[in-house]
Amino acid sequence: MSEAGVAKRYPEVWRRRSPRESALGWLWTATIALAAAWSVSALDIEWAFFADAHVQALDLVQRMWPPRWSYLPTIVRPLIETLHIATLGTAIALVLSVPLAFLAARNTTANGLTWAIGRALLVASRSVNTVIWGLVFVAIFGPGPVAGIAAVAARSVGFLAKLMAEAIEEADRGQIEAVQATGASTAQVYLAAVLPQVMPVLIGTTIYRWDINVRESSVLGFVGAGGIGLYLYASINQFAWQQVLVVLTTILVVVLLSEALSAYARARIT
Amino acid sequence: MTGGEPPATAAAGAPMLLAIEALTKVYPGGQRALDSVSLTVERPEVIAVVGSSGAGKSTLIRCINRLVEPTSGHVRLGGLDMVGLKRRELREARRRIGMIFQEFNLVERLTVMENVLSGRLGFVGFLAALARRFPPRDVSGAYALLDRVGLAGFENARADALSGGQRQRVGIARALMQDPDLLLVDEPTASLDPKTARQIMRLIRSLALERQRPALINIHDVALAQAFSDRVVGLKAGRVAFDGPPQALTPEVLTEIYGVEDWSQTIRRADDEAEATQ
Amino acid sequence: MSAAAYPTVWRPPALFGSRTRQRIAVSCGIAYFVWSIIDLNVDVARMLAGFPRALNMLGRMFPPDFGRWALLLDGMVESLQMALAATLVGALLSVPLGLAAARNLAPKPIYVVARGFIVLGRTLHEVIIAIFCVKLFGFGPVAGLITLGFASAVFLAKMLAEDIENVRLGPVEAIRATGAGFGQMVTYSIVPQVLARTVGMLIYRLDANVRHSTVIGIVGAGGIGQTLSASFSRYDYDFSAAILLSIIALVALGEGFSDWVRRKLR
Repeated sequence: MSEAGVAKRYPEVWRRRSPRESALGWLWTATIALAAAWSVSALDIEWAFFADAHVQALDLVQRMWPPRWSYLPTIVRPLIETLHIATLGTAIALVLSVPLAFLAARNTTANGLTWAIGRALLVASRSVNTVIWGLVFVAIFGPGPVAGIAAVAARSVGFLAKLMAEAIEEADRGQIEAVQATGASTAQVYLAAVLPQVMPVLIGTTIYRWDINVRESSVLGFVGAGGIGLYLYASINQFAWQQVLVVLTTILVVVLLSEALSAYARARIT
Repeated sequence: MTGGEPPATAAAGAPMLLAIEALTKVYPGGQRALDSVSLTVERPEVIAVVGSSGAGKSTLIRCINRLVEPTSGHVRLGGLDMVGLKRRELREARRRIGMIFQEFNLVERLTVMENVLSGRLGFVGFLAALARRFPPRDVSGAYALLDRVGLAGFENARADALSGGQRQRVGIARALMQDPDLLLVDEPTASLDPKTARQIMRLIRSLALERQRPALINIHDVALAQAFSDRVVGLKAGRVAFDGPPQALTPEVLTEIYGVEDWSQTIRRADDEAEATQ
Repeated sequence: MSAAAYPTVWRPPALFGSRTRQRIAVSCGIAYFVWSIIDLNVDVARMLAGFPRALNMLGRMFPPDFGRWALLLDGMVESLQMALAATLVGALLSVPLGLAAARNLAPKPIYVVARGFIVLGRTLHEVIIAIFCVKLFGFGPVAGLITLGFASAVFLAKMLAEDIENVRLGPVEAIRATGAGFGQMVTYSIVPQVLARTVGMLIYRLDANVRHSTVIGIVGAGGIGQTLSASFSRYDYDFSAAILLSIIALVALGEGFSDWVRRKLR
C-alpha cells in the first residue's frame, strides 16, 4: 500500500495547547498563586493557637459529654418556632416571588426600566444573607420571630424569583403564541401559557429552599430573630456545654429530617 | 517493534499466535459464561466470533486480555500464558494486544491525538503521559495512522465532537498504535449505521491483513461476519458450536448456534456482501 | 342515530390522586398556617406600634454614610482574603476527602466515615461552625478562614465524590487494555472526566465563600460581618446602610465574575 517512491513525512511533535494557550495557562497559574499568597499574608495566623487547638478541641468535646437531656423540654417550643419561621417565611416568599419573577423576566416585563428594577430587587435580595437580613429586621420589628420570618422571606424571594424568571424566559414561545392568538389578555396569557410551564420548577425550588431555610432559621436566634438559635447562643455563652450538645443534636436531627422530606417530595413531583 | 514479521503460516515448532485451552468462566451467581472453550490461531487471519446474546462472545474476548478474570484454563499469546501473569507482566502483555470497543470508549474530553497516543501509554512513563510528551516516532506514527484511517486533519478535534464512525476510527488507530500482535474487537459495529458498519469492518480487515496480524472479532451480524472474515467461530451457551470457514455456515449450522429462524436471507445477504468486497 | 349526552362540566384532574386527598391536603395546609400564626404569639399591637420606629430607622439609613470608607474597605478586603484562602484550603483538603467518599474507590468503612463527616459538615450552619472556631482559635479572620475552609472542603469533597462515582467506565477500561499503569489510567481517563465540573465548582464555591464571609463576622470570625454587626449595635444605621450596599455590590460582582468564568470554561 505504500506509494512508490514518495514516502510521506509526518510531524514528530504534537502539542495540545498552542504557545499562546500555554502562556495563558501559566499566567492563570501565576495569578492564582499570587492571589493565594496575598490572601494568607494579611491574616495574622497565630501558630501558637494551632498547636494548642487540638487539645482545646478534645477538652471541649469531653465537656460536652454526657448530654444533658433534661434540657430537651425547654427547647421543644423554640424548635417548633424555628420550623414555623422557615415555613411561613418560605410561603410568603413564594407568594411575593411570582410577581417579582414576571417583572424580572425579559419576555414578560413591561419595559427596560421595570426589568432593571426587577433585576435590582433580585440582586439585593440574594446578595444579603438570611442572618444579615435578620439583623436588619430585628432593628425594624424588634426581636422575635416576626423579624425571623421577614428575614427568611427577604432572602428567599430573590432565590425563588431568579430561578422562576429564568424558567419564564425559557418558556416555550409556541405555547404563549397560541394562547395570544385566541385574543386572551396579557394576564390570561401568563396564567394559561406561562405559569403552567413554570409551576413544576417553582414548586421543586420552593421545597428545596424550604429545607435550606430550616437550616438558616436555626441560627437566626443569634441575632435575636427567634427560634432555637437564641438558646444555642445562650448555652455557649454560659459554657453549658452539655446543653450545647443537646441543642446541636436536635438541630442536626431537624435539619436532616427536613432534607430527607424535601428530597422525597421533590422526587415525587418530577 | 516486536521481533520480525510472522510468516503467512507459522513455521513448524514455533509457538501458536494464540492458543486458548479449556477456558472457563463461572460468575459468582453460578452462571457458566464460558465452558472449556478451546481455540487455536496458527496464522494471521480474521476470525469472527458469533453467537446469540449471552452465549459468551464478550466474555471470551475479555478473558483474553484479562479485563475479565477467567476461572480456569490457559490463554497463550505466542507461547506466553496470560492467565497467571502478575500485574506488571500483565500490563506488558496487554501492550501486545490492541482492543477495539463497541462504544468506542474514547476519553471524550480529550483530543483525537491524545486518544490515539494513549495506545502508547504502556510504553511511556507516568510523567511523560501526564505532560503529554510522547517520543517523536510515536507522534509521527500517530499522524500516519490517522491518515490511514481517513482522519487526517482531525488530530486537534475533541473526541466528543466526532460522529460514531469517526470515533470508531480513532479507536482503531489507538489500538494499532500499540503495534499489537493480536487485535481484539468487541462488537465494533453495533453502535453504527449499516453503511458505516461495512466501512469499519472493511478497514479493520484490511489493516489486519496489511500488518499480517490475527484479529478476533466479536460480531452479532452474521452477514457482516461471513463477508469480512476468513474463519467463523460460533459460540452457544459458553461452548464452541462451530469452527470453520464462512462458507460452511449453512442454515443448519446457524440454527444450531442461534436457534430456529429463516436463515436463507442472511446467507444471501452475505453472498452479496462478499461479491461487493471482491 | 341518537344524540349522545355529553357532560357539561369538566374539572381538571385532582392533585394527589383523588379529590378527597386533595381536600385533606389543602385543609391541612390551611390548618397549619392558622396554627403556626397563633402559636407564634405575634403581638400585632406591638408590631403595629413598631412601624413608626421602623420608618424612623429607615429614615436614618438614608443617606448611607460612606464617610468611614477606610473601615469599610478594611472589612471588605478581609472578607475577600478569607474567602479566597478558604477556597484554596478547602480545595486541597477536598481531594483526599472526596476520594475517601467515593463508593467505587474507597473501602466500605472509610467510605462511611468520610460520608458521615461530609453530612455533618453540610448540615451544621457555618455560623455554628464559626462559633466553635472562634472558641478554639480566638476572634478574628483566622477562625473565619478555618470555618469557611472546612465548609468548602466538605462541599467540594461531596461534588468530587459524586463525579468519581459517575465516571464512565468505558474509557477507563480502554486505557487499561493498552497496558497503562494505574497512575496513567487515572490521569488519562478519570481526571479529564472529573476536571471539567471541578473547576466550575471551585469558582462557585469562591463566590459562595464571599457571601458567607459577610455573615460569620457576626459571631466574631472576622470580615465585614463584624463591622456590620458593630454598626447595628451602635445604631449607626447610616453606616450600616453603606455596608449593606457594599456587600450587595461585592456579592453581585462576585456572582457576575463566577458566571463569566464558568461560561468561558464550557
